[in-house]
Amino acid sequence: MRALRLAGQFAVIVALFAGVAVLSDWPTYRQIPGNSGVMMLTFVHGADRKGECRRLTVEEIAKLPANMRRVQDCPRVRRPIYVELDVDNRNIYQASLPPTGIAGDGPSRVYQRFVLPAGKHDVAVRMRDTARSEGFDHERQESVELSPDQIFVIDYRPESASFVFR
Amino acid sequence: MIGAIRSALRTGFALIEQPFDRLFGPALNPVAQLGALGFFFFWIVAVSGIYLFIFFDTGIERAYQSVEYLTHDHWFHAGVMRSFHRYASDLMVVMVAVHLLREFAYDRYRGVRWYSWFTGLPIIWLLYASGITGYWLVWDRLAQYVAIVSSELLDWLPIFGEPIARNFISTGTLTSRFFSLMVFMHVAVPLFLLFIMWVHILRISRPKVNPPRALALMSLAALVAVSIWKPATSQGSVDLAKVPAEVGLDWFFLPLYPLTNIWSNGTVWALLGAFSLMIALMPWLPPLRRAKPAEVDLAHCNGCARCAEDCPYEAIRMVGRTDGMPFPTQAQVSPSLCVSCGICVGACPSSTPFRRTQDLRTGIDLPEFSLKELREKVIGVAGGLKGSGRVLVLACEHGAAAGRIGDTVVLPCVAMAPPSLIDFILSRDLADGVVVAGCAESACYNRLGVRWTEQRFAAERDPYLRARVPRERIATVWASTLAVSRAEGEIAGFAARVASLPPKRLRSPLPVSTASRPPKTFETEKGSA
Repeated sequence: MRALRLAGQFAVIVALFAGVAVLSDWPTYRQIPGNSGVMMLTFVHGADRKGECRRLTVEEIAKLPANMRRVQDCPRVRRPIYVELDVDNRNIYQASLPPTGIAGDGPSRVYQRFVLPAGKHDVAVRMRDTARSEGFDHERQESVELSPDQIFVIDYRPESASFVFR
Repeated sequence: MIGAIRSALRTGFALIEQPFDRLFGPALNPVAQLGALGFFFFWIVAVSGIYLFIFFDTGIERAYQSVEYLTHDHWFHAGVMRSFHRYASDLMVVMVAVHLLREFAYDRYRGVRWYSWFTGLPIIWLLYASGITGYWLVWDRLAQYVAIVSSELLDWLPIFGEPIARNFISTGTLTSRFFSLMVFMHVAVPLFLLFIMWVHILRISRPKVNPPRALALMSLAALVAVSIWKPATSQGSVDLAKVPAEVGLDWFFLPLYPLTNIWSNGTVWALLGAFSLMIALMPWLPPLRRAKPAEVDLAHCNGCARCAEDCPYEAIRMVGRTDGMPFPTQAQVSPSLCVSCGICVGACPSSTPFRRTQDLRTGIDLPEFSLKELREKVIGVAGGLKGSGRVLVLACEHGAAAGRIGDTVVLPCVAMAPPSLIDFILSRDLADGVVVAGCAESACYNRLGVRWTEQRFAAERDPYLRARVPRERIATVWASTLAVSRAEGEIAGFAARVASLPPKRLRSPLPVSTASRPPKTFETEKGSA
């Protein structure tokens, strides 16, 4: 009787643990529909400073502590970056990206994912990072092939001042 | 509203616990060992983690390969250990979740118990952080999914300059140093978790941090069986150019991750914040009405420390004598820790209803329900008992017999009744039998009330129930509020048995029935405690 009871206790514990083991990787989760991929627009880039540097006068320089004297006063705050993304001639994203940092002097950043059906897509990305209010400083347009489950990244390289598709 | 949820949950737990109690017995019932099992699974995770680290390589390419190697080439030891590591972690989450719900259901989180409840909250966060960093290390497709979603969630917080998630858009952006950092996190966070687990039980007397050996052995054997039946495996190598579109999620650690696909990351953080805030504030929603804490009467305290030994809440400590009496110590109550359960009253050797002093006093007593009041209630209720088989019930206010009227005296905890009270009732012929009816054995509201009562009756714990007390005239009934009919059945059965017993041979020096005498008579009787 004691052995039977012990067997019952063990069976219950095994059943509970087995249930936990099953739920540790089942049911599976599908995060994007079948036959689709992800287009990702992501970059980190600092726009121009909001104001121009100003040359300090001799009096102003003299007022500064000796170890902090400089000839120019440059405002730290950067402009926001304006970015647009079109896919198949349809605008799917546009945003004004503020600079990061408490003083607003850090780079702007974007990290956006778009789930698209696999296949050929016309992609156009535009960005404005200067004081101009019309037009764009950087843009790229291309027809790309998105395969199922592919991550297609649209990045921006400040060193070459151009968008990178990969 | 909260009361209704609590009541529904309590009903649910009682329904689950009853069959477990029948199969395992109260001592082995896993539902009553949730905290201890949580600690047990933590140690399994720790030991298996150390073992796995021998085989693990933190290189960006080698991480996955090393895990595959230990899983397949050394499945019989390292592979089993990997399964131990994963399933014990999952089981720890289950234990923590059910433990939290159970403490809520039984209303064991308010009043002085706020501390353990409150310190349980960082345990949840740290447990999840430990598990999530662990999934990251395997560096399979699930790890890729976890890494991306976790870093996107973290990026929502305005603390990182560059999005961490950008590390996972191409292979070139990730270095082995990142894995070293993750290994460090996966070791440091669980260590901090262990520290908080210790803080969690600081205010609990005799915390159960180890399950009974039989239960521990069965759990280990069950883990071996499950690890062989369904070994933990990886889900394919990472390909950062591809979306880990379909993954087998660990629904214990990652249940919120799919929500990031439906809601914004900010909404998920808001949900987590609201949950944490709600858990943190619950002990005061609404606050528990607290009875006045126990008070020490130094004139009757000889510093024996039994009250401090028996207190389930570490609310009593022994300090140096302050009244010049020739004892080294005296009891001191911490009002902020005392729940007024009265267990200390039952433990005090001065707590004897036989005492001859005019005003019955004891070394430690409850201001709102003193030993004197208890004795008067017992005498009053006993006066109403009629016929053969007169049974008096001493009931815990949280147990099945709490709602009885007529023949019942209700106490905050049955362990408040000193064993000498049973002797008093029977030797003074106040009743033919005494039933002590408390909470379910595996769910004692005051944690140790049932245990102490049984040990005192079995003469294993001071103060003993005296040998002269006829055991056939005493019954204990341990039943939750859902088991009222069982409790009533046991009480009726006991009353019938008592009725069939031969008349008592009263061995008290004063064998006259006191039910018919005024209470003041007791004050002049000879003490016999």
